[in-house]
Amino acid sequence: MTQTIDTNTVKHVANLVRLGISEEEAQKFSGQFSSIIDYFNMLNEVNTENVIPASDIANAENVLRDDVVKPSMSHEEFIKNAPKSERGYVKVPTVLGDE
Amino acid sequence: MQLHNLTIREASDMLATKKISSVELTQAVLQHAHEVESKVKSYVTITDDLALEQAKQADERIAKGTNITPLTGIPFAMKDCISTRGVRTTCSSKILEEYVPQYNATVTNKLADSGAVLVGKTNMDEFGMGSSCENSGLFPTHNPWDLDRVPGGSSGGSAAAMSASQATFTIGEDTGGSVRMPAGFCNITGIKPTYGRVSRYGLISLVSSFDCIGPMTRDVHDCATVLEAIAGHDEKDSTTYQTAVPQYTKIINKSVKGMKLGIPKEYFVAGMEAGVESSIQEAIRTYEKLGMEIHEVSLPNTRYALPVYYLLLFAEASSNLARFDGTRFGLSVSENAKDVIDIYLKTRQQGFGDEVKRRIMLGAYALSVGYYDAYYLKAQKVRTLLRRDFESALASVDVLLGPTCPTTAFKLGEKTSDPLEMYLSDIYVAATNPAGVPALALPCGFSNNMPVGMQLIGKHLDEQTLFQVGHAYQQVTDWHKKLPAL
Repeated sequence: MTQTIDTNTVKHVANLVRLGISEEEAQKFSGQFSSIIDYFNMLNEVNTENVIPASDIANAENVLRDDVVKPSMSHEEFIKNAPKSERGYVKVPTVLGDE
Repeated sequence: MQLHNLTIREASDMLATKKISSVELTQAVLQHAHEVESKVKSYVTITDDLALEQAKQADERIAKGTNITPLTGIPFAMKDCISTRGVRTTCSSKILEEYVPQYNATVTNKLADSGAVLVGKTNMDEFGMGSSCENSGLFPTHNPWDLDRVPGGSSGGSAAAMSASQATFTIGEDTGGSVRMPAGFCNITGIKPTYGRVSRYGLISLVSSFDCIGPMTRDVHDCATVLEAIAGHDEKDSTTYQTAVPQYTKIINKSVKGMKLGIPKEYFVAGMEAGVESSIQEAIRTYEKLGMEIHEVSLPNTRYALPVYYLLLFAEASSNLARFDGTRFGLSVSENAKDVIDIYLKTRQQGFGDEVKRRIMLGAYALSVGYYDAYYLKAQKVRTLLRRDFESALASVDVLLGPTCPTTAFKLGEKTSDPLEMYLSDIYVAATNPAGVPALALPCGFSNNMPVGMQLIGKHLDEQTLFQVGHAYQQVTDWHKKLPAL
């Protein structure tokens, strides 16, 4: 089965991953996505009835540790890479807007 | 003897017997690295000053004669997705072009503790997404054997730097062949260890359930030496094994006589370059002469390995790369941004390359309502079957042998226009990562003057056997000793 991924779908997933996208890009990706997804559809040939999906690799033991306070990176050092900061906090524009 | 061409073992012997100092060795490696860099372009950053400082410390350590390891004073380069405190770590992405980590990866700490000397950070496909190094957001790397060809990817910079003797060893990272495929293209040795054998702490994640850091070296013995130094349990990575790390080099010389070599029939199909196939067949005959039993085995789901690998990669990457949002680190495009979402949109549009955009969007698609069962869940089920394939094939033999790639290195630009075509070059290497098993790549010949690589695949945590079998081959062949003319 061939599945076409139109530009609206491309724009929708771009928004899901918070990626700005131009009309031109949406058109380019739309064609490429259709052939890649088509290739993935090959998996429909495989009978996976009663097969448990993989959820780990091999090392499946649960790892626990005591919750103890230990020294770590200083607050100042921690936010050193933030593009904008103020009084020890990362600074961003309005998060809760009108939307 | 040119110092930059020494193996770790040779250099370590010369350091121990005081024939050379680490400063001399490091200077020689740095000088050569700079000389050929304009042709090969392996490095994102060369850390001259830091390297010489570390070399001096290594010499002091050697003079005192305490706490010396086989890596003390040895210059190495590391893929630019592994965090180095105070040294720019870019993942070859515009979004991290100026990013300087405040902490070290566990692997970085372990290598520093062993006394190894960091000479630089190597180029890669952006965030590890690619098979040719052409997806680097900074610049492409060239294959030292033919500068018009790609070095392979995604650890293309580490492979090219090792091949061109720009470091005595390098560190790569393998998510679906990213150590082995470029190792084959550049005539070097490299291992993707068992998932969980080497800590991922401080590795900038691509696919958290596939990613494996591994050494890239001149020969198998060196590879074993480096893995011994970087492997082991880490409380900062709960997926690492508690199992003690064996002294791989200790019994590496053990005979392979009577051991069983499995040849997966699905790895020899139409489309393989004739010179690649004949090199692999010759390697099988070499093992026969060494007294190994050769058995044909089957990995029936091989055909589905690539779609499983890419689907799961897209899905995990789309979530892993959500952290690059322009607010806490890296590039931030905030001009005229009306709100925080606008910063995300603009930063990511400008900071990510096309391949990254494609993969995170397709990942979101595969995970989204209505498609989750058909794609993501289906792929996880087939992943279970892939793992069973390896388990049952490896129940009757000690190791599997196959090519690392159906062709030798292709030309720059040859596959960039069709992303799917590029994906297909990972066909032999991608299956091992969803299964978690270890695989060692090593040189096994040439086809039209370009190197051919083969891989040995083993059981979970059985790197020892891979090293033993790989080392036995390198005792009777000299492909790994051939160096490119630059």
